[in-house]
Formats: sequence, structure tokens, C-alpha cells
Amino acid sequence: MSALFRNLLHFARLLHGLGLDVPAGRMVDVGRALQNVDLGARADVYYTLRSLLVHRRRDLAVFDEAFRVFWRPVRGDRTQLDLRALGERRKFGAPEMLGPVGDHDATTAQAPVVQIQRTAPASASSQEALRTKDFSEFTADEILEAERMLSRLEWAPPSRRTHRWRSGAGAVLDLRQALRASTRHGGEPMVLPTRRRRTRTRPLLLLCDVSGSMEGYTRMLLQFIYGVSVGRERVEAFVFATRLSRLTALLARRGAGRILTHLARHVPDLAGDTRTGEAIRTFHRTWARRLGVRSAVVLLISDGWDRGDPDLLREGMARLQRSCHRLIWLNPLLGSPSYTPATRGMRAALPFVDDFLPAHNLASLDALASHLNALSARAVSHGVAPFSRGGHAPAATVAATSWN
Amino acid sequence: MTDPMRADSIDAVHTMLSAQHYVADRGLATSIFLALRLGRPLLLEGEAGVGKTEVAKALASALGTELIRLQCYEGLDVTHAVYEWNYARQLLEIRLMEAGGTVDRKAAARELFSDEFLIKRPLLRALDDGSGSPPVLLIDELDRADEEFEGYLLELLSDFQISIPELGTVRASTPPIVIITSNRTRELHDALKRRCLYCWIDYPSFEKELGIVTARVPDAPTHLATQVTAFVQELRTAELYKVSGVSETLDWIAALVALDRDELDAATVDETLGIILKNQEDLDAIRGERVQTLLNRAAARSRS
Repeated sequence: MSALFRNLLHFARLLHGLGLDVPAGRMVDVGRALQNVDLGARADVYYTLRSLLVHRRRDLAVFDEAFRVFWRPVRGDRTQLDLRALGERRKFGAPEMLGPVGDHDATTAQAPVVQIQRTAPASASSQEALRTKDFSEFTADEILEAERMLSRLEWAPPSRRTHRWRSGAGAVLDLRQALRASTRHGGEPMVLPTRRRRTRTRPLLLLCDVSGSMEGYTRMLLQFIYGVSVGRERVEAFVFATRLSRLTALLARRGAGRILTHLARHVPDLAGDTRTGEAIRTFHRTWARRLGVRSAVVLLISDGWDRGDPDLLREGMARLQRSCHRLIWLNPLLGSPSYTPATRGMRAALPFVDDFLPAHNLASLDALASHLNALSARAVSHGVAPFSRGGHAPAATVAATSWN
Repeated sequence: MTDPMRADSIDAVHTMLSAQHYVADRGLATSIFLALRLGRPLLLEGEAGVGKTEVAKALASALGTELIRLQCYEGLDVTHAVYEWNYARQLLEIRLMEAGGTVDRKAAARELFSDEFLIKRPLLRALDDGSGSPPVLLIDELDRADEEFEGYLLELLSDFQISIPELGTVRASTPPIVIITSNRTRELHDALKRRCLYCWIDYPSFEKELGIVTARVPDAPTHLATQVTAFVQELRTAELYKVSGVSETLDWIAALVALDRDELDAATVDETLGIILKNQEDLDAIRGERVQTLLNRAAARSRS
């Protein structure tokens, strides 16, 4: 038994090294459990260890492989090599990537190029000018300055009423409190305490286009995504071009400046074609139910230059709008006064968008933040999409349906 | 604890569930056996309709104990999960005391907040069962409840006691057999998962699903059962928003039996497809030519 237990401890340490969450003291349970199981039956030992040592589905495959390697019949050629290989693979795991959506062309996987022109550094007095300057025209120094300004963005995500109650200042009688208070007055309810619903922050979902046509905006938009997600719960971010990649874990680990370099390494379709419809479909199939978009505010950031199937995009957008609280499309091109959303992709998507807003300069992102802050905590009825343009607050609203 | 002892090996658990027409694989039987042996909660995760809830039902009737079910939803709170005071009766009691002229402040508080006026909800009932054998407590779809409830549950599962401010602490004499299910619409907290035994239930293989179908709908003709199972298995490989679970297979075959069909053909599938696919986009994608393709592939599968 002691030799077995020593091996079990080694196995537990191996699993821990592979990233499984094996709590201290769990091995005592394993010891107890194995006393009740036929140690000769490999399958029973396997299932016993699996029940106790794994509690996340994504760890099942790692566990299986570790079990196979560790508990295989002892032979002369037993080496540590396989284990190390297993550990290494785990350590350098890429961010969660989902494919295959569309075929991916290796030539499009080039590092992003931010257009850099050398000019005089931006002074503090030019901050106002910077606010309304299009991201794609930024110089290298202006980018740095803008990043500093973005990190100060005032941002209070919208909230919603939950089904939970808290006592005080509400319209509904708190019977429990009332009764307890009444015993103090011989059963006479002298005061009538009330209760009200609690509110909580809505989840925010960001889907950002990082295809070739968005190149001029990608850096600032990623900075924006980092800015709204850092230190906040319930923010999920994805990027897509031909396929969808989840960014959330990366955002939690890395500083904003390094995201772009990491993207270049891990997102093979960066600066590639755009297939929005397929990306949205992947999102629905793989992520939507796990992340729970039902009460979320969704920000879809793209210029609408779409090379995918417009029917797929239409279907995906319709579903996205039905399943979320509010669907907001941010289009950097909307900053230009002459822009009309006439591309195939944009025309397909627009009927399902609740707000169609620009995202080409700092002022527009500011306006977006205040727009979101103003969203009511109650549900909206999806219908005519308000439409606003220009680099200022969404005052001039036009019905998006006029382009249908 | 006499009854769970009957399940004294993995095989015994397996046989016990089979007698309840529940087809469990070795992994699930092992997890259930360990849950009974170690007195740990069992967390079952898996897609909707793979039979997670059924595990608890089958286990309760196999052990001959009560099944106490708590269906989770967002905003589930103490008054619905644990206990609530019966305010109407309390108010009435105050009036009665008044009429009898026996209102004494201390006595009133003591009497009003006694067991008599307590409405016991599932979690309290599971601790305070009264009957000798521990009940099976099913906490269904925990992922639907919010984090606050999960935190409360964590506390409950660690020492199986509930404190009621007005009354005192209720402690379980024999802890219930706890089964928690989750559809994974969100990840449960790791602290809770650590406390549990974990089992992921996948969609069954063709053989297993056929076994389930014949065990659950015994009056279905063998040929039809094979066809339906093979069709559903093929359907799960198609690109769909919502893949149909075993419960849908069972509904479908029961419907076909009720309609007196003994052969699955394209027309029959078309008429009844709504039983297994509950999503307009999926229905549109499968209806028509795809049905015949799937039928052909299903026929090939059941022959092999």
C-alpha cells in the first residue's frame, strides 16, 4: 500500500504540474476510495481517480493522457520523456482557438503593420485635436498619447435588476422584517419595512474584427478592449477575421501593449480576410451557451467589409440580437461624413443592430461610454435601430432601416 | 446508513440502476459508488438531455429513499431553497393570542417563531428528514442559480447544518446523498467543485443509446428502435445549434409508437422532426433532402 500511495502522490504532483486543480488533502480521499475498489481492475482505478482528481471538463483529456503514461505496465524502456513532453505542451499552450471556419491561408498570417510616420510629438495642448483625429491617421507618438487617454476612459457598464431582494427603500413589503418588528409592539405592525430588487452589472461581450481592412484601427481598438476589461468581471472578448479566437484569458494575463504581439503569434488570421458570419456562428455553437449572453450588452466592432456568406451573417446576427440584451455595432468608417453602410455584409447585418455607432477616434469611444452608461436597467424591445454618426454624442439619430 | 451499504461494490451499483431501467456506464457507476461510500456530493455535468437528473431519480428509487429535488433558477434565495416563515399563520396567531388576552411579548416571540410556523423548503427538508434512511437531495441545474446561492451551498455541503436566526441550528443526523447537476451554461466555482466527486456524462454511443431506448420504451419494435437510435446518432454529427439529447430520442420513439409507426421513412421523419429538433434554424437545415441522406447513413450504421 505504501508503494502505491507514494506513486499516487507522484501522480498527484504530476497532475498539479499539468495545471489540474488537485486540492491538498484530496489524496486522503483517494486513499479511502481505493480501499473500496478492486486494485486489479484498471478501469475501476481509472474511474475512481478521475472522479476524485478531475472537476473540470477541459482537464479530462489531460488526465487521460497522464493516466495512460503514468500507470502503464512497467517495462524496461520507461523514461521520463513522455511526461516532460506532456508538461511542456501544457505550459506553452496557445490561447483557446477555434476553427476550422473557412480555410486559412498561411500568407495572410503576417505580423500587423501599424502605419508609422515620424512627426513632432503631440503636446498636451493638442489633446483635444487628438480626440477627434481618426485612429488610422495616428502617428506613433500619437498612439502612445491616445493610449494614455484611453486608459482614463470613464466607464460604468450598464446594470440590470436581478431577482434578488435587499431590504430597504422599495415598493414591496418585507413581511419577514415587518413581522419580526411587530413582535416588539405586541403583534401590532407599527412600521412597515419594504424591500427592493438588487441590481448587478450586465455582462459585456466584445467581438472585434482584426482583419486586414481594420488594420489601422486594430491597435487602438485592442487598447479600448483592454481598457474596458481590465479589473472587471463578466467581460468576454473575442477577435475574428476568418475565425474566432477567445481573448479573455490573454487580457487577464498581459498588459495592453503586449496584446498585439501576442495576437500576431497566436491569431493566425490576423490581418486576413473577414468572415463575420462564420465567426458569429462559431460563437453561437461553442461559446454562447457557456458564457450566457442572455443579459449581455454585445459590442461588435467591424468595418463591415465582409467576404463571407451574407445569409450566414444575417442568420447569425438575428440570433445574436434575439439572445442578447443589446447589440451594438461599432464601425470605424462611420466617422467619415460620406460613409453609407452599403457593403453586402453591412446591409445584411444592419436590420438586427440595436445601435450603430462610430469608433474611429477617442471622442467616439467617449460617446460610446456615455451611451452605455445611459442604458436603462430594464430590457429594451428590439425594433427600429437608432443610428448615430459623427464624432460626438449620438444626437443625430437616423433609422437604420432606411438602408434595408 | 443501512441502505447505501447495499451498494457495496461498483457492480452492485450498476445492477441496482439497471433494475430501475437506468443504463449507466462503468465511469458513472464508479462515481455513484464512491459518492455513497465517501459521503461526498456528486457533481454531474453534461449537455442537456443526457440523463443527469434521471441518475438521482433512479438512485432514490433503487435505495428506496425519498427524492428531494431543488430546481435552481436565477435569484433562488433562502425563502425558496431553505425555509420561510408562514406569515399568514403567524399574523392569525397574534390575533388569536390577542383575543385570548394572553399576549406576552417574550412568549409571543417564542411561539411565533417555532417549528409549527416554519415552511421547510428542499434543503432544510433534506437535513431534517425524520425517516431513518438519508434522502437523495437533487440540486438540479445549479448553473442557473447565481454565485450567491453557490456560496451558500458550499457552506451547507461542508457541514450539513443550517442556522435559522429565530430558531437555532438544524443539523442532519445522517447527511443526505447529494447529487448536483449542471448544464455548464456557466462554470461553477472551483471551491464547490473541489468538494464534489465529478463525472462528465457524454452523449451515449449507439449501443448504449439503443440499450436505453429498449429499457425505457420496451414496447417499441426492435427494428424501429434501431432505426431511430441510428438516425439520432447521425443527427448529432450534423452541424446544429442545439444537439438533441437522449430524452428527445425517448420522446420521439414514444411518439412514433403512439402513432403506430413501425418504420422510419422520410415522410415520418418530416412530420415528427419537431420532437427532436427544437430550433427553427436547425429544423430548416435538416428538413427536406438532408433527412434522406441521414436516413441512408443511419441505415448503413445500424447494418454494420
